[in-house]
Amino acid sequence: MLDGQDSYTTADGRTIGGVMMEMRNITLRFGGVVAIKDISFDIREGEIRAIIGPNGAGKSSMLNVISGFYNPQEGEVWFHGAKRPPMKPYEVARQGIARTFQNIALFEGMSVLDNIMTGRLGFMKAGLMSQALWWGKAQKEETENREAVEKIIDFLEIQNIRKTPVGRLPYGLKKRVELGRALAAEPKLLLLDEPMAGMNVEEKEDMSRFILDVNDEYGTTIALIEHDMGVVMDLSDRVVVMDYGKKIGDGTPDEVRNNQDVIDAYLGVAHD
Amino acid sequence: MPDQLLFAMEVTLNGLMAGVMYALVALGFVLIFKASGIFNYAQGVMALFAAMTLVGLQDGQVPFSHLINAIFGTDVHHFGWHLPAFVAIIGTVLVMVAFAWAVNQLILKHLVNQEPIILFMATIGLAYFLEGLGDMMWGSDIKKLDVGLPQGINLGIDETTFNWFGYGFFIDNLDIVATVIAALLVTGLVLFSQYTKQGRALRAVADDHQAALSVGISLRFIWVLVWAIAGFVALVAGIMWGTKSGVQFSLSLIALKALPVLMLGGFTSIPGAIVGGLIIGVGEKLFEFLIGPLVGGATENWFAYVLALVFLVFRPQGLFGEKIIERV
Repeated sequence: MLDGQDSYTTADGRTIGGVMMEMRNITLRFGGVVAIKDISFDIREGEIRAIIGPNGAGKSSMLNVISGFYNPQEGEVWFHGAKRPPMKPYEVARQGIARTFQNIALFEGMSVLDNIMTGRLGFMKAGLMSQALWWGKAQKEETENREAVEKIIDFLEIQNIRKTPVGRLPYGLKKRVELGRALAAEPKLLLLDEPMAGMNVEEKEDMSRFILDVNDEYGTTIALIEHDMGVVMDLSDRVVVMDYGKKIGDGTPDEVRNNQDVIDAYLGVAHD
Repeated sequence: MPDQLLFAMEVTLNGLMAGVMYALVALGFVLIFKASGIFNYAQGVMALFAAMTLVGLQDGQVPFSHLINAIFGTDVHHFGWHLPAFVAIIGTVLVMVAFAWAVNQLILKHLVNQEPIILFMATIGLAYFLEGLGDMMWGSDIKKLDVGLPQGINLGIDETTFNWFGYGFFIDNLDIVATVIAALLVTGLVLFSQYTKQGRALRAVADDHQAALSVGISLRFIWVLVWAIAGFVALVAGIMWGTKSGVQFSLSLIALKALPVLMLGGFTSIPGAIVGGLIIGVGEKLFEFLIGPLVGGATENWFAYVLALVFLVFRPQGLFGEKIIERV
């Protein structure tokens, strides 16, 4: 079912398309430390793809490779059927890949609205003159972008804090704003680095709902890293499992759950 | 009103306007520090260089004429034209933009992710290089800068006297012009950073580099932009100070006056630079007026620095700076 480029329909009626992004034999080293060792996997159009693994397995490094923050020493990244040359993070972002960070990277001094608005920078094309005179194209663009941002604010149910400086928000809401900023870019691929880390059960449920809704309503492909196995199994279509920089499992949640290597990595294995 | 009080008012007014001039210089520091965390030691020399270039372009001086003449045995000095002030200003702006680009391409690009102290040292080197380059290009003689602004009192008496409350307020014309121009400049900068795409990107970079990258902002472009703006601010400061006291080496030392302003206002705050400038300006004039006679005068030389020292002890982040909280 998962082989080849054919699209298929999931049990809940979503259509998963062909391969959108493919990592081929990626190896990433920091000096003598090998963070990622010869890993290959793909992400299909429209799916929710999880990357899991114990601490230090190289999950975040993998996400950083996809988003261009790290450039691997070996291996190739293929996006939409073309090999991607080494790129700067901002170039990757302009290709339609948005991301959030494990430790939240928001513009603390700006309001929620302004933060999400920065996600729309790529849609602002008016010249400086037009912007300076606040006339024609610039005005029209600003209105359109503002509308798009308001929609996201409604979607994430953060209307009441839209003017609040982000620095004053509690952790859970910050995570939500960060998701909003990534969504504002209307990405083809959305990368979420531990979107639910440090949240309580209620907040996790909210976040899960948003992730599913984003995937369902906007058709956004999502790759996420998560520790909470229950959440991962509920959310994702396919799971990559990493341990010590190596891939030890890849498949549907059920397949992964029954994979002996994965069980060993998570529960530990007796050495005798 | 008693004369003593009116005189104090006059001193305050003059202090405010002197403060505007300090704020102009401090502004350039804040812009670069906010966007890239670099304390740009060369800001003062940039003001000098911009002013020299402006005068050179206006008078149609041949750049590097001494060097050219020494090598080729020629005797060229002037192109023989005299450019209108606004053409020369546009030319100088272009030179400062090119300078911003070159600094990023030749220096900062290679020092990404280095310690702040290393970047600081690089700007010290840059300051001396630029000073030498300026001398070589335009000569080291003291030049008169005239772009149509009222000349400073040091170069010719041209003052305004307002008659309020039956008391003649003496106010330098140039200071009034400087105040208006500084107000326009600050308004322009605020509008730019609040309402344009590039301004938004600039604020984003100033706030968080990583997050800025993730929304598709090129750090290098923003750094060139911010250095170009700082170059423009340096040009404005250079024009004001150059008109006041002539274009000469001492112009680059106004950077030293900007330091206490920054310590007062905070290194990361544009309003802080303005308010800090005003406080220093007024403070040093009033102190000289009230306390000066008791201690033998000349307090203007040290007042700003002592005030900055007091601030460093009790409020190291300045009035408007971000609070320094270290989590354990």
